Formats: sequence, structure tokens, C-alpha cells
Amino acid sequence: MTSDEPLDRVAAPALATPLEHTPALHDPEAVGVLPPDTGAIDYSAAGVRRERIRQLVRSPTFLIGAVILLWWIVCALFGRTFSPYNPTTGSLLQFNAHPSGAHWFGTDSLGRDVLSRVIVGSRGILVVATLATLLGTAVGASIGLVQGYFGGLVDNIIGRLVETVLALPVVIVAFLFVVALGPSDITLILVIGFVFSLLIGRTVRTAVLQERELDYVAAARLREESHGHIIFAEILPNVFAPILVEFTVRLGYAIFTVATLSFLGFGVQPPTPDWGADIAANYQYLAAGYWWETLFPALAIASLVVGVNLVADSVEAVVIQ
Amino acid sequence: MAQYLLKRVGLALLTLVLLSLLIFFAGQVLPGDPGRAILGPFAAQSAVKALDRSLGLDRPLLTQYWSWATGIAHGDLGISYQFQAPVSSFLGPALVLSLKLAAVAFVLVVPLSIIGGVVAAMNRGRAVDRTISVTGLSLSTVPEFVSGIVLIVVFAIGLKVLPVTASAPPGASPLTVLKYLILPAIPLVLVLFGYIARMARAGTLEALDSDYVRTATLKGLPRSVVIRRHVLRNSLLPTITVIATQTGYLIGGLVVVERLFNYPGLGRLIFTAATDKDFPMLEAGVLVIGIVYLAATLIADVLYTLLNPRIRLQRAEL
Repeated sequence: MTSDEPLDRVAAPALATPLEHTPALHDPEAVGVLPPDTGAIDYSAAGVRRERIRQLVRSPTFLIGAVILLWWIVCALFGRTFSPYNPTTGSLLQFNAHPSGAHWFGTDSLGRDVLSRVIVGSRGILVVATLATLLGTAVGASIGLVQGYFGGLVDNIIGRLVETVLALPVVIVAFLFVVALGPSDITLILVIGFVFSLLIGRTVRTAVLQERELDYVAAARLREESHGHIIFAEILPNVFAPILVEFTVRLGYAIFTVATLSFLGFGVQPPTPDWGADIAANYQYLAAGYWWETLFPALAIASLVVGVNLVADSVEAVVIQ
Repeated sequence: MAQYLLKRVGLALLTLVLLSLLIFFAGQVLPGDPGRAILGPFAAQSAVKALDRSLGLDRPLLTQYWSWATGIAHGDLGISYQFQAPVSSFLGPALVLSLKLAAVAFVLVVPLSIIGGVVAAMNRGRAVDRTISVTGLSLSTVPEFVSGIVLIVVFAIGLKVLPVTASAPPGASPLTVLKYLILPAIPLVLVLFGYIARMARAGTLEALDSDYVRTATLKGLPRSVVIRRHVLRNSLLPTITVIATQTGYLIGGLVVVERLFNYPGLGRLIFTAATDKDFPMLEAGVLVIGIVYLAATLIADVLYTLLNPRIRLQRAEL
């Protein structure tokens, strides 16, 4: 995303069509009047976006988080090609083996290589958590937009329902529904997406309540634009920042919830490698001293949630100013 | 004031009714046929039908809900499928054990996180602030079983200073019981620390920026007096609300911690009920969690109103 920056600066005057903003022409930095990075402020939409990205890339918390997250995405996509062993077949001669040169993270009670299982196990949790968060964000943003825009009875009814579901911890609600519907990836995505849509809807609603009173909405109403157009074409772009923040923050909680449900036995089913399920399968051997079988998947989960959280925290700091 | 309290209690009761509907729906409608769920896919259809009839599941849903809800209102939580005994005889002792564990976590986390938040606020923008905020927030997103395992590996297996399980042997002294509860309480503390510290920090910052604190400083009061008398009194009010809302979470987080440390509290009871498809037990357990949460938020609201003279007087005028 930053790659268009130098292009803009150097070539924008020549390339820009009359309809586009030509920040470079007005930007004293770009024409060499001022030395770079003196804080010359460009108020065009593209300029603001570029400034935000620049701030993000400079923040060490964002960089650390992004590197961790990228590593696990690479593992989820290509893990099977570079994992040292097959994660699902073990050698029975080498069960519960200590970490060593051959098996860096040791082997589990079935003789499977723990490192390979940790690498490949990133896929399930990342896919389920991301899809659940996307679903929750899409549905939640729609609920919040409609609820905040119309207000009144709709708002009251939805508000009470949200209040009810939120009287229970997310893990318990998810747990209750997953038990009732039977464990599967689809159930996990639907249930977590449902609970998150209520949480995200609440935040979006608050943002919409403020937007609703602004002049541009009144103007759109005077132009007799349809409710749908006002909600999705006028208001939505202006509440995009809180929605983006909600998405990144909720992704962290989705990973938390998916991992927890997997640990409780309601997630990915064996023998597919999965961090939470692997911990559940091996933690009974902890007391016997076989710590590596549970510790490494646990550290993997911790690193992923912390990584996502660092990214979310920096995005929030930059977007909400 | 009385009117406000009545309205709050009324809303809490309404939420409770909706909650019971939700739980009934999840526990009794969604699974389809509970008899089939209990007996498994290979049981004869006639056996499933007979079981459904003996459990009263062939009646209309509304009748089922009504007899379940009125039973609970009378203190009858139903009969456990698994143990063929009243649910309440299991729920009571389990709840007491869970509250013990939650109390240890609370006693640790409240002072720690308030001190953390206030220290962060007083060092606003400096490395201390950044460290406390980022660490607290990161730890609050690490699942309890993950931090629990790291703690077990380090303190119980590596250093051998604390026991691996949470249940002290029968007849142990209160101090020994406490020693067994420290390790399971820490994962809960780690998750809660970030939230409460964040709230305490925000409240303190707001108070520090206020005119009355500037006045207090300018009239020459020592900094410690300003902090104690003017800042903390105002900054800790919103923190009370967060602490109360986190109580509900705390009880929920117990499911994971109790499973990890094999502690026979409410969380493990719900977990076993879920794996055994013991729906009456599961529904009653989840309902208890909801009631604890609603009661905690209600108490927090009332406390907040009582402690905050601005709201108290405003209500009196109304």
C-alpha cells in the first residue's frame, strides 16, 4: 500500500487527471521546497490515508504484531510444504520424545512431531476466526447502521436482545450453542459471528447516532434519497473507521474464543492438527513432565493473539484520533 | 432515587426472563431430539420415544418452558439426566467452590490493576505507561488455559513450588486450600488486569486534567494529598462498574480454568453436563452464571449511584 507513495510524489503531476486530487502539486515536501517529513499536512482523503499508513509503519508495536501475524498466515497457507515431518503420522518408536536436534519441539504421545503440528495447526484457527469475525462485522455493521438510523422501537427491541446475550460471557454463549448444534467449523463460525455481530452492532450504533444528526444526512433527506442509500452510501463511509477498529479488535477475541472452544473439545476434531485440541489431548501428561507437548502449542496461541492485538491496538491509535 | 432503583430492578428481571428463553431455546429446541442426543444415533426409535416421554419432552414447547421456568422460580432446577438426582444438589456445592476461586482472583486483581492503572496514568506517555498498557492489553487476550499451562510448566513442574491441581486434600487447613488456589487464580487475574487497569488509567487521566485538580495543585497542596483526596476519589468510580461487569466474565472463565486444573466448581459442572448432554444441568448452570452477572451489574449501578453525589443529588431533584 505504501508503494504508491514515491510514485505519487515523483510522477503525480504528470499522471494526474483533472478529476483527481493532485496532492503532490500542493505538497511542498514533494516539490522540494521543504525537506521531507517536516509534518506538512495534506488534508485530502488520499493524503490522510497515506499519513496514517506512514504512522502505522513507523510504530514498533504495529511492526512486531504484523511480523508475528504474517508468520502464522504463511504457516497457514504453506505450512505443509515446509513442516519438517508429516503432522498426522507419528513414529511409535519415538513417542513422548524430548526436544532434540531431530525434533526441535519433541514428539507427542503418538510420536508425532510437535513442531510440524504447531506449524500446520495455525490454519484451522486462523480460517475459522477470520471468517467468524468477517461475518460478525458484516452483520453487526448492518444491524448497527439500521438500529442507529431508525432508532425508536427497532432500537429498543434490538438493544434489549443484545443486553440479554451479553449477560453471559461470550465463551459460555458459544459453548451453549455449539453443544446444542454439534461441533463443526461451520457451527463455530456462525455462533461466534452471531455473538460478535451484537457487540459490533452496539459500537456501530453509537457512531451512527452521532452521524445521524449531521448536516450531510439532513441534506440527503432533503434530496429525498432512499433510506437504504442514506444508510449505506452516505453514513457507512463515515463510520468506516470504528468498523475497521472493531474488526481488528474482535479478530483477537475470535482467536481467543476459537482456541478456548477447541481446548474444551468443541472445535477441530482429531487427527487434524489444532493448537487448542492438541493441548487438550496432551495436557494430562503435563504432570508426568512431558511439558513440550502442551507448552509449544500454548505459546503459539499466545503469540498469535498478542500479535493480532498489537496490530489492533496500533490501528486503533492511528485511525481514531 | 427509589424510582430509579425500581426501574433498574425491573429491567434486570426482564433481561432474566429473556435469558431464560434463550437458554431454553439453546438447550431444548436447538438440539432437535434430546432423547436421540442422549441415546446416540444407533438406539432404537422406540427407546428414544419412550425416553422423550419419560422426560416430558413430547409436550408442546410452551408447556415445557412454562413448567421449567415456574420450577426454577420455586427453586426446583430440574432433575439431572446423568445422575437422576436434583440439579440443585450438585449446583450449590459447585457454586461455593467457584466463588472461593473467584474470590482469590478478585482479591489479587483489584488492588493490582488499580495500582497499575493509576501508575500508568501518572506516567502518561512514558515507557512505564506504554509497558503497563500494552502488556495488560496483550495479556487480557491470551486465553486462560494458555497462560495456565505456562504457569503450570514454570511453577508446578519447573520450580515445583505450587501444586498442579486446584483441589487441596480433604481436611486441609484454609492456608493450604489458598495455596492450591493461587495458580488457578492467576490466569483469571491476567485476563482481568488489562480491562480494570485501562479503566482506572482513563479515570485517573480525566481527573488529572480537571480544573479541581489544577486548583488543588495551585493552592499548594502536596502532590500525595492531591492524588489521594482529589484524583483517586473521582477516578475510581467508573472502575467499580468495570469490576462488576467483569464478575460475570470471571464466572465464565472458570469453565476453562476449572477444567485445566481439575477443580470441581460450577465451570467443570457445566462442562461435564455439556459433554454428557445433561441439558437440565447445563441450562441451570448457565442460568446461574447469568443471574450472577445481572446481580453484579445491578449492585454496581446502585453503588455507583450511592457513591457519586452528582448522580445522587440529580436523582433526588427528579
